[in-house]
Amino acid sequence: MESLQSMNYELVVGLEVHAQLSTQSKIYASDATIFGCEPNTNIGVITLAHPGTMPKLNKKVIEYAIKMGLACGCEITRYNIFCRKNYFYPDLPKGYQLTQDKTPICMGGGIRVNGQHGEEIYVRLNRIHVEEDAGKSLHPEGKAYTQVDLNRAGVPLIEIVTEPDIRHSADAATVLTEVRKIVRFLGICDGNMEEGSMRCDANVSVRPIGSDVYGKKVELKNMNSIKQVRQAIDHEVSRQLKLISEGKTIVSETRTFDPVTGASFSMREKEDLNDYRYFPEPDLSPVRVTEEWLEAIKKSMPELPDTLKRRFLNEFGLSEADASFLSDSRDVASYYQELVSFTKNYKAAANWVMGPLQTLANEKGLSFSDIELKPGKLAELINFIDEGKITYTMAYQQVFPVMLEKQNISVASIAKDLNLVIESNTDALKTLIQQIACKYPDKVKEYRKGKKGLLGMFMGELMKETKGKADPKIATNLLKEVLEETS
Amino acid sequence: MESIRSFSDIRQLIEGKNASCEDIVLFYLKKIEENRHLNAFLEVFSEESLQRARIIDQKIQQGKAGRLAGMVVGIKDVFCLKDHKIQAASKILEGFVSQFTATALQRLLDEDAIIIGRLNCDEFAMGSSNENSAYGPVLNAADNSRVPGGSSGGSAVAVQAGLCTVALGSDTGGSIRQPAAFCDVVGIKPTYSRVSRYGLLAYASSFDCVGVFSSNIEDNALVLEIMAGADEYDSTVSRSEVPAYSKNLLWNGPAKVAYVKELLDGDGVQEDIKQNLSSSLQMLKEAGHEVIPVSFPLLKYALPTYYILITAESSSNLSRYDGVKYGYRTRDAKGILDMYKKTRTQAFGEEVRRRIMLGTFVLSASYYDAFYTKAQKVRNLIRAEAIKILTEHDFLLMPVTPTTAFKLGEHNKNPLEMYLADLFTVQASVAGIPAISVPNGYDANNLPIGLQIIANYFEEEQLYQFANTYFSRS
Repeated sequence: MESLQSMNYELVVGLEVHAQLSTQSKIYASDATIFGCEPNTNIGVITLAHPGTMPKLNKKVIEYAIKMGLACGCEITRYNIFCRKNYFYPDLPKGYQLTQDKTPICMGGGIRVNGQHGEEIYVRLNRIHVEEDAGKSLHPEGKAYTQVDLNRAGVPLIEIVTEPDIRHSADAATVLTEVRKIVRFLGICDGNMEEGSMRCDANVSVRPIGSDVYGKKVELKNMNSIKQVRQAIDHEVSRQLKLISEGKTIVSETRTFDPVTGASFSMREKEDLNDYRYFPEPDLSPVRVTEEWLEAIKKSMPELPDTLKRRFLNEFGLSEADASFLSDSRDVASYYQELVSFTKNYKAAANWVMGPLQTLANEKGLSFSDIELKPGKLAELINFIDEGKITYTMAYQQVFPVMLEKQNISVASIAKDLNLVIESNTDALKTLIQQIACKYPDKVKEYRKGKKGLLGMFMGELMKETKGKADPKIATNLLKEVLEETS
Repeated sequence: MESIRSFSDIRQLIEGKNASCEDIVLFYLKKIEENRHLNAFLEVFSEESLQRARIIDQKIQQGKAGRLAGMVVGIKDVFCLKDHKIQAASKILEGFVSQFTATALQRLLDEDAIIIGRLNCDEFAMGSSNENSAYGPVLNAADNSRVPGGSSGGSAVAVQAGLCTVALGSDTGGSIRQPAAFCDVVGIKPTYSRVSRYGLLAYASSFDCVGVFSSNIEDNALVLEIMAGADEYDSTVSRSEVPAYSKNLLWNGPAKVAYVKELLDGDGVQEDIKQNLSSSLQMLKEAGHEVIPVSFPLLKYALPTYYILITAESSSNLSRYDGVKYGYRTRDAKGILDMYKKTRTQAFGEEVRRRIMLGTFVLSASYYDAFYTKAQKVRNLIRAEAIKILTEHDFLLMPVTPTTAFKLGEHNKNPLEMYLADLFTVQASVAGIPAISVPNGYDANNLPIGLQIIANYFEEEQLYQFANTYFSRS
């Protein structure tokens, strides 16, 4: 079978990502945007395109789109003209989609990711624009009619269009993952590809390595997961290479991916595409993004994954892997950040988040923002260990489960109740003494031979280990006991 | 109650306790009945308006009535009124009932106006003679063999024949001013964006204006001041303050009045109309105003510019009438494309189909720049030229129409001939500036002649003052 390597070809991919914005109401109407309602329940006169209706812009949509633009380093367009994209379709009530054409809200910018070999890749963005979603056409099987559900009509979308900068299907998946991470971080879209709140089309072509002209581009649609995007691209590459090797031509067309077979089939050729007759929307005033508005949006931006990761690396001295993990989702990152405001042991804090807390979240199906254990509380435990009052194993196995149950009791009293605190806990002290004894076998022999004065030296070691917290009376007895019994 | 001509007549009757609102409505209902042959109304809200009149009578007794109590209003069939039909005189909206009320209309209702019915017009407001209605033409009350003008023909005739106190219309390229001139009534097209378009069925959105027909300036000014102003449902509407137009209707001091000299010299304008304008200019000169000839070289481009842009916008605005969601749907469709084609071919009239096709053509990729883009550029030039004249002068006087009311069927064979009826009205529409048509005498056949007064942006107050002071019949 032909491969890119064997034919000395390279892949060229650009992505078009549609992200449904998680605003309460639609982009041009006050109807709700909730997913999964009974068909045709969130449809007012504007959504239905009744005569006399006009779009009423939801400003939140602009704000969300600007946040995405700022996150990707885009230029923000200050004077936004909306446009009509005209075509007939039953789920498009107005007969045109209200979108942006010549003045997309964000221009330029890019997405930075690590490629499959760890190398840094920067995929440039062409634009991000806002528009409305269409409704859904349902084709009941075996019926001679189509049903239209307009709940989704008018739900706000941003369309993120990359330049054709991607060279591997794996990198396409990584870029898409990064986009999803950013929209989730910003809280502007839930990034759920299965429910269709994030959708991705891929423009795929191949060309001989070294060529500076692009091959004929094929647009792939209908991928319902990031994995499918990768599959669809891989399949398309093989299809195109096969055509080339057979001397056939590649047609510019739109192809639909079939998740069952992993293959694609042709929807339409680009040549008979609609002429959308774009023109500026006269029913909606252009939107001006003022300096004040932009500043306010900037101030409301959370720190982004990339920045956070850098900070975790540099400021907290975490490893690459730990920093990546902790900056991956907004919930985890903010938990960690709050945690380290209470403890200086950044590494231990990271381990607690990635270990016990992540396990807890997985087991209970919780997100980090749902975890009841306050970071301040957890920090108390971490500090307790650092002070040598308790060992990690005890903390994790015995104190931690109690903390999850009882929020209001201090770590100290839990440890005390469980008799875990080192100074009065004979078992713990005994273990420590045994460790010391093992460290100084000669001194132990000497002690046993009668040099009882060495007891002071052992006591000194023990106090050093427990930072002076061991109860001297109990310690003396235990020391004698241990040193005697080793014989 | 022999005749009611104006709102002040009604107020006098009510204040003198010589009539109730109910009496007023009964009076109009009788007149409407007597004038059925004019075909001005598509629907009369008889019961409902009587009921509302009784409620308002109570409010009057309690001293709680609004400013328009007793005013009876007819609405062109392009305004949404909750739970009432709206069809734009088209079959395609057969059976459609609006679920909300237009902002402009709601403001009149809030002041206790009574809506008496829906008025006939050209289908989707496309036409200059009211012959494009799916429900038959409206007849000019001055001469039943003649057209009332269009597209708001029903509104003009309703006021002309005294079937209501005032009527609402929409003016995209002259649809208020031209029928006002043909029917001897006052009609204003305010500045674009002065009145909310929410609830006005869209024809060409960047031109459409809500306006008023009345028998006198005072009523016109009162209705406009109540309708105009910002509206959260129409982002394009101006936020600038609305003066109380009706409070001061007198013009003081000398004005600078411009007229386009090419119009008086050239052909294509009926001789009576030229003379009518000349004598008005003479009258103003004698009254101490400065009358100045100006040149408007771009005037000849106004009509083509207008028709390119309005067909483009309307082709898109009318896309929603597709048989899917509401209104007419063909019965014998095979598949979706067939359904679209048959529905729209069967239910749209010829002129509407022509404009949809023209608009689709001028927006199509291969012709976009040659037509749409170029027309937008010319629009900007015309706007700039108009503003220049109106910055240097207070008013621009023009005829409203090249001829007085023509015969039914006279021009409807050749659409281009019909489009020429808009020759003098499209300029203010293209520029977005306010213009008023006032009755100004009669031609040799005793047909009404209108005069058009045009002012700069948001100068409706000045327009009303000047028109009321020099061109008022009372």
